[in-house]
Amino acid sequence: MNAMFRNKWWSFGFRSTVMLYFIILIIIPIFGIYTQSLSLGWQPFWESVSDPLAWKAVLLTVRLAVIATIINIFLGTMIGWVLIRYKFPGKRFLNSLVDLPFALPTAVAGLMILLLLGPRSFVGGLATKLGFDIVFHEPAIIIAMVFVTFPFVIRAVQPLLEELDRSEEEAAYTMGASKALTFFRIILPSMVPGIISGAMLAFSRGIAEFGAVVLVAGNIPGKTLIASVYIFGEIESDNPQGAAAVSVILLTLSFVILWTVNLIQSRRPGQ
Amino acid sequence: MRKLWITLTYVVFILLLIIPLVEIVRGSWSEGWSGFTEGLLRQQSLHALKMTALIVVIVTVLNTLFGVMLALYLVRAKWIGPRIKRLLNSLVDLPFAVSPVIGGLMIVLILGPSTVIGTFFEASGFKIVYALPGMVLATLFVTFPLMVREVLPVLQEIGAQQEEAASTLGAYSWYTFWQVTWPSIRWGVIYGVVLTVARSLGEFGAVLVVSGNIMNKTQTATTLVYQDVENFNVVAANGVALVLAAFSVGLLLLMEWAKKRKEVH
Repeated sequence: MNAMFRNKWWSFGFRSTVMLYFIILIIIPIFGIYTQSLSLGWQPFWESVSDPLAWKAVLLTVRLAVIATIINIFLGTMIGWVLIRYKFPGKRFLNSLVDLPFALPTAVAGLMILLLLGPRSFVGGLATKLGFDIVFHEPAIIIAMVFVTFPFVIRAVQPLLEELDRSEEEAAYTMGASKALTFFRIILPSMVPGIISGAMLAFSRGIAEFGAVVLVAGNIPGKTLIASVYIFGEIESDNPQGAAAVSVILLTLSFVILWTVNLIQSRRPGQ
Repeated sequence: MRKLWITLTYVVFILLLIIPLVEIVRGSWSEGWSGFTEGLLRQQSLHALKMTALIVVIVTVLNTLFGVMLALYLVRAKWIGPRIKRLLNSLVDLPFAVSPVIGGLMIVLILGPSTVIGTFFEASGFKIVYALPGMVLATLFVTFPLMVREVLPVLQEIGAQQEEAASTLGAYSWYTFWQVTWPSIRWGVIYGVVLTVARSLGEFGAVLVVSGNIMNKTQTATTLVYQDVENFNVVAANGVALVLAAFSVGLLLLMEWAKKRKEVH
């Protein structure tokens, strides 16, 4: 028994307050957005969603988030591996630096990218001379997404590598397997659950990202306008129903991802 | 091979994390000390930083209290069935899946000036949207899971045995909490506080939608940076951005420290 307060009324009051807080803060708003998107019926909902600019924005977001996630799968697997398996000077420093994108305000991250790669910077000038653009075009959006979702795969892979039983690996070596073969047959399969759940979290964060992207994307409708910025634009132009309709698509996508990750993670200890 | 991987890791870190950090510092000094102080000591900068500080304090206090209590209920409470517990447990993570802009939109849709609840509050002279209460609500929504997610696993791990022992020996429950439960969840809570502070300090999308970004009124540090950049006033934005970045690096160090303590206990 763990009643925080023995008194019945006190404990009843606490329970109700905490549950109400939870329901009012989290559950009601999410229901609100689904009902609002259908507030004028199916027809306007369908019209908002099938607006070419809207679905172009959603498709662009998904495409760029997929690219950013793939980049992060490679970077994250490599860095997670290096930070767990190798000893080298500066390892602890790098390991604590991994979380920087979580701690840094996303608007500041966007500003950083703008300063580094913008038209007046060295890299930006070089790119213009070579004939391609970074800032206010797709590459900048991908860079912003990679930056913001950088820690996910690393942090998901690291605990798995720490738990990994070394004896299997050593057995493979003694039986004459090469390093590469051991990696792909023994080590990589045990990292896969971490890579998948890390990648899914990174992807769902990527399609939701706003702060870092809005500053560097240029936000040209149909070209560099991603979904969250599109929603922001609809709110600003006083079309909450349209904003809600596109939100519902993004939200549903994110919820499916989140619950899949939960499923993967809850299955893991039972293996 | 080993050397190659380590070098590659260093290259990624330097390109992706270290150079941008250095660039923010360099950028804010590009017009010298006076440019930096001018950007930072503008009236709107000071006001924005004050707003951010106010929101961080309110949000951290509220979400720490409610987060710890909710985690306790979700693990220990006998009055919630296991099915409902599991459902609530998965609902806690919802804000992680919601884009901050959508989080802000939700609050505008429910409490905005054109809704029933909004008009009711407005009539009684209490503004929610485009004012501080709405901004606090938006930040509360976004940071809600952080504390619960830190405390809940610790509670599950330590089990209820010690607490039960303390209760059967006749200890008062409040006393049980401080003497038995608190010492084991302490570092989890501290870690959760650091995460909540970091997230609420940097919250941008949700606050931008809810606040309307009115200068000297509802503008926070991050939305000021956004507005300055939109107005091509990058140097002024740099000063505020540097302050924010310095805070987040400080918080990162705190995180590292709390994480180490958490593992020891």
